[in-house]
Amino acid sequence: MTGFLIRRLLGIAATLLVICAVTFCIFYLLPSDPATQFCGKDCAPDQIALVRKQMGLDAPLIVQFGHYVLAIFAGRTMGSGQYAVQCNFPCFGYSFQSGRPVWDLMMDRFPTSASLAVGAALLWVFFGLSAGVLSALKKNSWIDRTVMVGTIGAAALPVYFTAMILLYVVVTVLGLIPYPRYIAFSEDPVGWLRNLILPWITLALASAAIYARMTRSSVIETLAEPYVRTARAKGLPERRVVAKHGLRPALTPVVTMLGMDLGSLLAGAMITESLFGLPGVGKLFADSLSKSDQPVVMGITLLASFFIVSSNLVVDLVYAWIDPRARLS
Amino acid sequence: MTLLEVNDLAVEFNTPEGFVRAVKGIGFTVERGRTLGIVGESGSGKSVTSLAVMGLHRGAEVTGSVRFEGTELLGAPEETVRKLRGRRMAMIFQDALTSLHPYFTIGDQIAEAYREHHGGTRKAALARAVEVLGDVGIPEPARRAREHPHQFSGGMRQRAMIALALSCEPDLIIADEPTTALDVTVQAQVLELLMKIQQDRGLGIIMITHDLGVIARVADDVLVMYGGSAAEQAPADTLFTAPRHPYTRGLLDSLPRLDAEDGEALRSIPGSPPSLLNPPAGCAFHPRCPVYAATPSPLCTGERPLLRQVAAGHQSACLLDGVTV
Repeated sequence: MTGFLIRRLLGIAATLLVICAVTFCIFYLLPSDPATQFCGKDCAPDQIALVRKQMGLDAPLIVQFGHYVLAIFAGRTMGSGQYAVQCNFPCFGYSFQSGRPVWDLMMDRFPTSASLAVGAALLWVFFGLSAGVLSALKKNSWIDRTVMVGTIGAAALPVYFTAMILLYVVVTVLGLIPYPRYIAFSEDPVGWLRNLILPWITLALASAAIYARMTRSSVIETLAEPYVRTARAKGLPERRVVAKHGLRPALTPVVTMLGMDLGSLLAGAMITESLFGLPGVGKLFADSLSKSDQPVVMGITLLASFFIVSSNLVVDLVYAWIDPRARLS
Repeated sequence: MTLLEVNDLAVEFNTPEGFVRAVKGIGFTVERGRTLGIVGESGSGKSVTSLAVMGLHRGAEVTGSVRFEGTELLGAPEETVRKLRGRRMAMIFQDALTSLHPYFTIGDQIAEAYREHHGGTRKAALARAVEVLGDVGIPEPARRAREHPHQFSGGMRQRAMIALALSCEPDLIIADEPTTALDVTVQAQVLELLMKIQQDRGLGIIMITHDLGVIARVADDVLVMYGGSAAEQAPADTLFTAPRHPYTRGLLDSLPRLDAEDGEALRSIPGSPPSLLNPPAGCAFHPRCPVYAATPSPLCTGERPLLRQVAAGHQSACLLDGVTV
């Protein structure tokens, strides 16, 4: 088990290093120049050259990359002389546009994205699984048909459409809550909840539909397994047959999917955050893209890869915990 | 009192492709200490019959009568049947790998059945599981009880399946192709084990198989099924020495023989088993029947033939009985 973990962690480190290298090359090749951005549009060419030298941008690609990776673990002082800025561990670059280290920018926004992702995931898991299991147990009944028609509709709705309909109906027409704006949980828990409800529903709706459909087919498939028949042949009550022998294996693939989905959402839900003006990592990403604030774009790209790659590992561990056949001896 | 008495059993499914009569007009009895062999090709309805006895069909129409020690099970409340299931009548399935739950240890799976019917502590139930695992010849049962099915070899897994069936000391065991998935040597061991347990405990056994070799070894009485109906029913000795139904004769003829002449080809029954969705009119076997081919008779394509007494304790459903080719 320890050996397995060490191997997997090394694998993750290698994957992230490759992703890091590829993203670094892409941004290096882009025409936008951090030195120009820092110095300003009116800078004379010789001034820009000076800034480039002081920021270390004149060094070869491989050296710059080395500095970048090293800084993640050790922090660094960017540039020298009057342009020197301090970027502490873990340094994912420095946004000259906003005058702050990328890590600080991301961490300011992370609680918002995490609130959004985790809340939405709880919603879609609860409703998706309930609807899916109910549908499977009442296969071909009117409940099943209703759920199936409803979910195909919900799965087809784009996020921006759901968001606009929700805002229009709940805020404009019914006036149930004011237009959402993000309030930190520590500031006002009730306000936090009220303002996140619509974004949660928006983000959860399509996923809930997909999870419901997947759960339904998985449960139907599992209940037809020979080991479920054995459980019945043992004389167990049907409730126990379904709950203990049927649902656990049926929900295994759902857990896998949840891990991946949650992993990719933690680094921000770009569209939902932008639509509701939530100051999350996704919104930061969208804003930085439009401002060509490359260090931030790159930092968030790496953060997202980190979450996806590590959720992969978490999924594998959970899987081995649920299914003994997946355990490594 | 007769342990199990089945009369005029019929099982019907409503499938998307149409209405299927998987089993019709089946009847038999099983006494304590005796073994009934049910033999037939895949799709002949032998497994459907056994699941109907256990009350394990979901979404099927089961009619007729299944009496366990005189208690009618068809139409009885589910709770009544459930309390018999696993406790008084237990089932051994063909493929122990898929029939045992992959997530739970062998010990837990056996203990769960025992606790359901006998109550008591988890610890006592686990001790019972270890005990039956030892009974069926699994070495180091206490350690193996903590393992999962995928850690067992095929033969050991089938033994564990038998231990599960035996854990509540049932009176009737239905074994559905219990040795089909096993190596020949392991097959023999598993059959011997079943026979020994039967002797020790006076169990009634229904042995379902397509393998006449297994029947010859273990069965006291035999029911031959074809296309969902009974073709022939007789004591095992009689069936092997004096088969009456052309299908049974075909089955016996198609067994490979060591004393066959050089160059003599293996004989087989031409054609393939009937479709249950669209069964042939009259006798389901007539399209493949050598007797019908030699002496075609309108009898064979008319009414579905029922079992008739042809000798003492010997019944056959052939309308051309007595005609020889």
